[in-house]
Amino acid sequence: MSEKNELSFEENMNKLEEIVEKLESGDVPLEKAIQYYHEGMKLSKICSDKLTNVESQMKQILNEHGEFESFDVQEDE
Amino acid sequence: MEDRYLTVTALTKYIKQKISRDSHLKEVWLRGELSNFKHHSRGHMYFSVKDDRARIQTVMFAGSNKNLTFTPENGMSVLIRGEVNVYEPMGQYQLYAKEMIPDGVGDLHIAFEQLKEKLTKAGIFSPEHKKNLPSMPVHIGVITSPTGAAIRDIMTTIERRFPVVKVSVLPVTVQGKQAAASVSKAIAYANDRLDCDVLIVGRGGGSIEDLWGFNEEEVAMAVFRSEIPVISAVGHETDTTIIDFVSDYRAPTPTGAAEIAVPEWRELNQRLVEKTRRLQYSLNQKLENARTRLSTMEKSYAFKYPKQLTIQKEQDLDRLMDRFHSSGDRLFKEKRDELSRIRSRLSQVRPDKQVEREEAKRRQLDERLKKQMQHIVKDKKNHWQSTIQQLTLLNPLEIMNRGYALPFNDKNELLRSVKDVTNGDTISVQVKDGFIYSEVTGWEDEEHE
Repeated sequence: MSEKNELSFEENMNKLEEIVEKLESGDVPLEKAIQYYHEGMKLSKICSDKLTNVESQMKQILNEHGEFESFDVQEDE
Repeated sequence: MEDRYLTVTALTKYIKQKISRDSHLKEVWLRGELSNFKHHSRGHMYFSVKDDRARIQTVMFAGSNKNLTFTPENGMSVLIRGEVNVYEPMGQYQLYAKEMIPDGVGDLHIAFEQLKEKLTKAGIFSPEHKKNLPSMPVHIGVITSPTGAAIRDIMTTIERRFPVVKVSVLPVTVQGKQAAASVSKAIAYANDRLDCDVLIVGRGGGSIEDLWGFNEEEVAMAVFRSEIPVISAVGHETDTTIIDFVSDYRAPTPTGAAEIAVPEWRELNQRLVEKTRRLQYSLNQKLENARTRLSTMEKSYAFKYPKQLTIQKEQDLDRLMDRFHSSGDRLFKEKRDELSRIRSRLSQVRPDKQVEREEAKRRQLDERLKKQMQHIVKDKKNHWQSTIQQLTLLNPLEIMNRGYALPFNDKNELLRSVKDVTNGDTISVQVKDGFIYSEVTGWEDEEHE
């Protein structure tokens, strides 16, 4: 599993959305806008990382001894 | 000739009446095999139901057959509930089917309906028990057979859509007598031991007997008790099992279950990309606006030719100073002229002249006052002297000088008549140098002479 993040992907996405909307609303002072932008880009990166680091997830199956072992889908049958 | 012949219509009507009145034929439960099946384009179904030695023509109208849970085929053994009646134009009695189910599942069908009703009454299916699925699950439990199409469909769909999620497969028996217990145990196990945030419970398609494990009360209750949201995916879209009513979400197929369980990675990525793009765009827009405003100001005349500003002002200053000086001079001259004018006027109205004039007037008045005074004094003096003379003339003492005397009685009253005295009265007579006291010794009344 990837390292624990405080917020879930969805929560990060929602925060990102909020920031985008704030920025788009237009009445944000420039300094604040830049601050929002940095924050937004950070969130974007967190989300992007979450989406990019996708390969390493475990697929496991409970065996007859009550233990999990890795599981691969058998393509045939 | 006696008319003993009936019309065909009359005969047919008679037979139809006979049949219609028979209560046994009103509700017929029939077992048989389908043949000559025809699904008319208008929706009605026409077929024969037969056994080894007989057959009956059957019609199932669209209104009834729309509820069929299977597709009828020739040779299929079925159970039918319906009514026998006569179709007059063909002179044919036939069965009007109202319900039809495949044979062999009749008991199961009844058991299904009974359990469904029982659980409905118990509130097991109520919407308020339905849990929401997580929008982005972290760990999915899959409860199904470890082999076969269902697990493959689920795993490949998850892999394709959302490989980030962890998947734990809980292999179970999905068919046969142990199926219900096996599935229920796995659901309980997942709840006790695993940190799954969603469970997929299901299997691939099969006959109603094959799917039967998912119609058992034990499974329904296990799903009902599950703290983890359950997506059911049993058989094909047309298969409805009890678990579908109690699960939090019913998927038509195992693939569908996987699609419901996880979001699509690409879609999420697209959302992220779109948001990021909007983020960048809006900031760029802001910066662009700020830049435009700045450059507009920089290009402004004042910024470009600042010298021009001061030159202009220099010139303005000079002009102002000139105006100041000239107007100052003019003003000064004006004031000086005015001053001399006022001075000359002042000199004309010098107060000493007036003082002189007033003094002269005063002296004159003084003179007149003195003269007047002397005059008055002289006048008064004359008047006084004459008055004194007169007074002197009138003074009784003067008269006494000439020998007159004044008699008074003892009360000092002047005696004017003889009647004022009697004999013996003492009187005093005033003369010019004193008083003579005397006694009346007699009197004479001259008027009586």
